[in-house]
Amino acid sequence: MRRVAVIGVGDTKFGELWDASFRDIGIKAGLAAVEDANISAEKIDALFVGNMSAGRFIEQEHIGALIADYAGLAKDHIPATRVEAAGASGGLALRQGYMAIASGLHDIVVVGGAEKMMDVSDVASAFIQSSAADQEWETELGATFPSLHALIARRHMHEHGTTREQLADVAVKNHRHGSMNPKAQFQKEITRDTVLGSLMVSSPLRMFDCAPSSDGAAAVVLCPLDLAKNYTETPVEIVGSGQASDTLALHHRRDIMTFDATRVAAERAFKMAGVTQKDVDVAEVHDNFTISEILAIEDLGFFKKGEGGKATEDGRTSLDGDVAVNTSGGLKARGDPIGATGLAQAVEIVTQLRGKADKRQVKDASVGLTHNVGGTGATAVVHVFRRV
Amino acid sequence: MATAPRFWRQNPSRYNMVGIRCNSCGRNFFPPRAICPVCHRKSVGKMELVKYKGEGRIYSFTEVHDGLDERASLKPYVVAMVELEEGPKVTAQVIDCDPCTVEIGTKVRAVLRKLSEEGDAGVIHYGYKFVPVKEK
Repeated sequence: MRRVAVIGVGDTKFGELWDASFRDIGIKAGLAAVEDANISAEKIDALFVGNMSAGRFIEQEHIGALIADYAGLAKDHIPATRVEAAGASGGLALRQGYMAIASGLHDIVVVGGAEKMMDVSDVASAFIQSSAADQEWETELGATFPSLHALIARRHMHEHGTTREQLADVAVKNHRHGSMNPKAQFQKEITRDTVLGSLMVSSPLRMFDCAPSSDGAAAVVLCPLDLAKNYTETPVEIVGSGQASDTLALHHRRDIMTFDATRVAAERAFKMAGVTQKDVDVAEVHDNFTISEILAIEDLGFFKKGEGGKATEDGRTSLDGDVAVNTSGGLKARGDPIGATGLAQAVEIVTQLRGKADKRQVKDASVGLTHNVGGTGATAVVHVFRRV
Repeated sequence: MATAPRFWRQNPSRYNMVGIRCNSCGRNFFPPRAICPVCHRKSVGKMELVKYKGEGRIYSFTEVHDGLDERASLKPYVVAMVELEEGPKVTAQVIDCDPCTVEIGTKVRAVLRKLSEEGDAGVIHYGYKFVPVKEK
């Protein structure tokens, strides 16, 4: 198996991008990544695109060919593949690109992720997002996507003593990090009171416990490590890639306070990378809700089960903590254009490992991790990156 | 808008809480599934439909304030994960009670109620919700 490096990254600003279409943002991010990698179009062997639900958000399927076409690659007839696993679509697309190069099938692969969520109403958007859960046995019985995470939060508080304030601390930290990211949807700091005083969505979760809906796209360019120096001075190697699945419905899990898919994907990625949690300087984790980040930092093995809330409260996941978590602002503040999120995580980690994250730079960052989740934990993808 | 058969085929489980038991290992699953995730191929031909009592206890719950449009008139409403006596957990609404009285551990039983309707002239969907049971 060949070693794989990231040689280019690009993204759009995340947020309400009223003047840009799905194809506009997809091309913008892809072009930025290709320019960053300093490659010409003829070099591109294949394209993978992470996208959850273009069919319902913009009534357009067949996204692989669409993006290849508007990237000007139709005449080259490159293989262009869409990858879907709800919220984990982007991370999964990255893994497909990784495997395509590791296997020796392709040399230069562009992996993008995009979602255009603002072209439908809030209500339609909530319906579409709920399809990441079990439509027939959760949603139709009254559950919403936030309410399923509320069930997790309630039980976590009940069994582990996680406090309402500790959940708020996740959002406060991620907004602080987002305030240092010019691409973030929200660049304002908030306080515990902002969270605790915001509208109730699904108790105990309030509006500021939830990541927003967003438009946005992000992309990376991958190539074999031994070719990487031809394109960039600062390649970042993908040293581990892990993917795992679990029951679609939350109520069928062994334990709803643990995402076993995250645990197993992380074990696989760490084993492959030959590193441990202690080696990780910076991590982008899937904080679609504040409780999700608590679960993530526990299930990834950074903290023991039940201690994620306390660790957050104590600042151990802040920029200068044991492990800097969601330096981009995370899904909460950077925004969560579903299919783009897994790629945006990779863009942030590569930026950190290049030492180019400006005000939010983690000092001497050499090992980074991304963690992308689909649904309420039915899919998880973990990648480990290392500065070369 | 979906056609009626999509919902109609789920009616035995939605109306009567019919689950399935693997007679290889004895475990129960809800809704019915073709293969036991523990016994795998050994379970083929040994999966038996079972009508559950519809009784259980609340494992976790939430009060939904920002629900989907079709349940707008119910907001806020309680959604719970219920652990059935037979073992499986299900997710459903808890009704006919003051939401403030719902707690983890509350005993509940299933009742048949309207879940949703597809507009004024569309299909009406029925299924289980739960009501608290007074314990002596």
